[in-house]
Amino acid sequence: MSIDVGRGTRPVEVRKVDRVVIRFAGDSGDGMQLTGDRFTSEAAAFGNDLATLPNFPAEIRAPQGTLPGVSSFQLHFADYDILTPGDRPDVLVAMNPAALKANIADLPPGGTLIVNTDEFTKRNLTKVGYQANPLEDESLSAYHVHQVAMATITRAALEPTGLSKKDAERAKNMFALGLLSWMYNRETEGTERFLREKFAKLPEIAEANILAFRTGWNYGETTESFAVTYEVAPAKLSPGTYRQITGNTALAYGVVAAGQCAKLPVFLGTYPITPASDILHELAKHKNFGVTTFQAEDEIAGIGAALGASFGGALGVTSTSGPGIALKSETIGLAVMTEMPLLVLDVQRGGPSTGLPTKTEQADLLQAMFGRNGEAPVPIVAPRSPADCFDAALEATRIALTYRTPVLLLSDGYIANGSEPWLIPDLDTLPDLSVEFATEPNATDGSGEFWPYLRDPETLARPWAVPGTPGLEHRIGGLEKADRTGNISYDPDNHDRMVRVRQAKIDGITVDDVEVDDPSGRARVLVLGWGSSFGPIGAACRRVRRLGMDIAHAHLRHLNPFPKNLGEVLARYDRVVVPEMNMGQLAMLIRAKYLVDAVSYTKVAGLPFKAEELQDVLVDFVKGLDA
Amino acid sequence: MTTIDLGLPGLAGVPTTTEAQKAKDFKTDQEVRWCPGCGDYAVLAAVQSFLPELGLKRENIVFISGIGCSSRFPYYMNTYGMHSIHGRAPAIATGLATSREDLSVWVVTGDGDALSIGGNHLIHTLRRNVNLKILLFNNRIYGLTKGQYSPTSEEGKVTKSTPMGSLDHPFNPVSLALGADATFVGRALDSDRKQLTEVLRAAAEHRGSALVEIYQNCPIFNDGAFDVLKDSEAKDERIIPLVHGQPIRFGSEGQHGVVRDPKTGSLRIAEVAEVGLDALVVHDATIEDPSYAFALSRLGSHDLDHTPVGVFRSVRRATYDDLARAQVNEAKQKPANLGSLLRGKDTWTVLAD
Repeated sequence: MSIDVGRGTRPVEVRKVDRVVIRFAGDSGDGMQLTGDRFTSEAAAFGNDLATLPNFPAEIRAPQGTLPGVSSFQLHFADYDILTPGDRPDVLVAMNPAALKANIADLPPGGTLIVNTDEFTKRNLTKVGYQANPLEDESLSAYHVHQVAMATITRAALEPTGLSKKDAERAKNMFALGLLSWMYNRETEGTERFLREKFAKLPEIAEANILAFRTGWNYGETTESFAVTYEVAPAKLSPGTYRQITGNTALAYGVVAAGQCAKLPVFLGTYPITPASDILHELAKHKNFGVTTFQAEDEIAGIGAALGASFGGALGVTSTSGPGIALKSETIGLAVMTEMPLLVLDVQRGGPSTGLPTKTEQADLLQAMFGRNGEAPVPIVAPRSPADCFDAALEATRIALTYRTPVLLLSDGYIANGSEPWLIPDLDTLPDLSVEFATEPNATDGSGEFWPYLRDPETLARPWAVPGTPGLEHRIGGLEKADRTGNISYDPDNHDRMVRVRQAKIDGITVDDVEVDDPSGRARVLVLGWGSSFGPIGAACRRVRRLGMDIAHAHLRHLNPFPKNLGEVLARYDRVVVPEMNMGQLAMLIRAKYLVDAVSYTKVAGLPFKAEELQDVLVDFVKGLDA
Repeated sequence: MTTIDLGLPGLAGVPTTTEAQKAKDFKTDQEVRWCPGCGDYAVLAAVQSFLPELGLKRENIVFISGIGCSSRFPYYMNTYGMHSIHGRAPAIATGLATSREDLSVWVVTGDGDALSIGGNHLIHTLRRNVNLKILLFNNRIYGLTKGQYSPTSEEGKVTKSTPMGSLDHPFNPVSLALGADATFVGRALDSDRKQLTEVLRAAAEHRGSALVEIYQNCPIFNDGAFDVLKDSEAKDERIIPLVHGQPIRFGSEGQHGVVRDPKTGSLRIAEVAEVGLDALVVHDATIEDPSYAFALSRLGSHDLDHTPVGVFRSVRRATYDDLARAQVNEAKQKPANLGSLLRGKDTWTVLAD
């Protein structure tokens, strides 16, 4: 078999399509995440718009060949701007019977199925409950099936390398990637360069993977059964320089940038937890930006150390997922009471309790809002997409530093692991977040004292006086503070006043108005979302409009406080629909605050909404009003 | 005198002042609200009178506490301070000490705060060897919640929550700290200002986590818990002073001593007249192997029949905060170019039409 990568040895039809959804599915040890990630990079480098949905089990290596062990990666790429990773794949790559069984229901009739036949042994079929081999009966007749003995071919191609059979077979995911790269006319240099860098210390493994990758490409090129390749032209995105980025990476970069914009050292105190650990991993690489990362003994120590660093004048940050927020609640309360800046990053996952660690959900909103003892208001910011995590981190930092308060940022598993193109910002456009520490006594009674709870009249923020500043020695803590002086106070009127002041400070935070996407201006139904449902809701609204109906979409970044214009926006529409991946938490807040008869549409399946499903729901609402 | 020069002074990096300081400079205008007769007053006075000898700038000293009677301490210290939440002071102090090498950071905690709700943070702080001084006020009772047994209360203790006697086996805080590989462990009595000050001084000069257990009397809920160590007649028979470089002996005439038991390899108490002076163990707090200090910590039992006081262990080990800062400084050799970080390796450009 030739290993030359070349095109044109065989006449192949090239079909132009505007969008494709590919799903790679295999055993959790098959390297499907890596394969998907590489294909994503190829699509990104080509200039397609894209969105991805990794979906993997919580177990690192679930029993081989079983349904719980199936790991998949879905990629949607297009020549126009897209909003979601796609509801259903056009192409399904199934590396074993379990992957086929777990995913075939999502493949629409007429879809392309590429199967690794080597794993379709009697034993593997039985393991997942196939009575007969689906490759040998009529059960897959609705699909274009390509049966490829990926392991056998990869092994044969790698025989000259001298690698063991087992090691050689492990490269079959690169064979699959090569085949798909051929089908979609992708560049190959990027992946080859990537493999050489990834296995820099194991050059023989690097070359074996590159060989498997080229073998897959050549297989498509030379095998008659693949008669068509596809071309997805670059997308016409806004001009500028782009890269591909996941939500967790964007969040980590946002924190680095926030430290730079604030001219403060960053201190991350954290404890590993899925799906937030990658924020720690990423920040740990960027100590040259003055970032300290502290892997604490538990969630509580993580946020405690972050708060301690804030007391010392650093930008304190902690990162976690829902169960970690539960543990951090008391310290968030302390930060509310001591009124210190603190960034709390919550990458939400399925709950309650340990729940679904690798799946997504939006069910921590009310925990973020109310999950503390006493009246303990905390601002909440939610990014809408992977790339938006960068801006959301800067915005959360702005609020934390300006108002001297802990801020909760609610990402989730979907955008944390998902990726999309990111228009890399011009550094000149980043906000100035610099702060002024207190340097002088401030008492208004001529005593020359320092009053740590004397507030800025505009923001109601208290001074940030860091240790080491002479003359400003003061004590803070969790006990109620006397207004202005900050001394312990049990005075009833003072407590009532302080509770109201802390609330007023959060209520008075300046946030941008919410914008409404209502192209016709005639919509009577408003869809209100928050966080990661932006893509599916936006895509569903486009579909509804393509059907000739009017619909408006508003998406909240600020959940506390709400934008000042929200009440007026809600009042403009006859029907407000709130889709959420929870049991209606935003809907509850909206109904309580604005007395709007908002309708909740909820799904708590651990997966993002499908655009098609939301389309059906929204069409019903539009028609219902018209009827 | 138990000061040991380790060449790693705990206060390196903390700015000093040439201005003379007095104890009252460290007092605040806040009314001290401990119960009359509380041992906390004595410790507060000892700390306030000892700090001036360090000559540190007052603004570079921080006291952080958790919850409990002793945790009100920061309000009475005219330094920076934080009265935080139950058990978490070591974690908060770790973040502060790691991000600010110019601060002298002290944690004030009690037996419930440090050993019960905050036990996890205590052991991990000690093993990391963060440059913190931890003053553990041990009164063997829960005071602020009005008299329940604590993790250092004796077995069978009758309290409001244990009317038939407590079932818990108590911690020996010194043994626990040594088990967590603490680099500095000391013990002192609230009532012995001189000895307490010596241990505090040694702790301050130690670079790394220093745990000082202070036996402290609660006159309301556990009055007299340590009286046997204070009674002028009984105390000499019970208190074993640990003096670095000196044979370990005690008793009104120095008639008792500590020897190594050849059978078990451990330490035991013997009569000097029987074993001879040469047989006595010469105290060396700098022994790397923690089993020696641990053996010292096991000489007495919980009923205080024999109670070693002084510095059990003071050894040199790199501190977490120094190492963390060194990593950041090393990383800073690499330019911090935000633009190139954000761009990464693979970019593509969309041109305007």
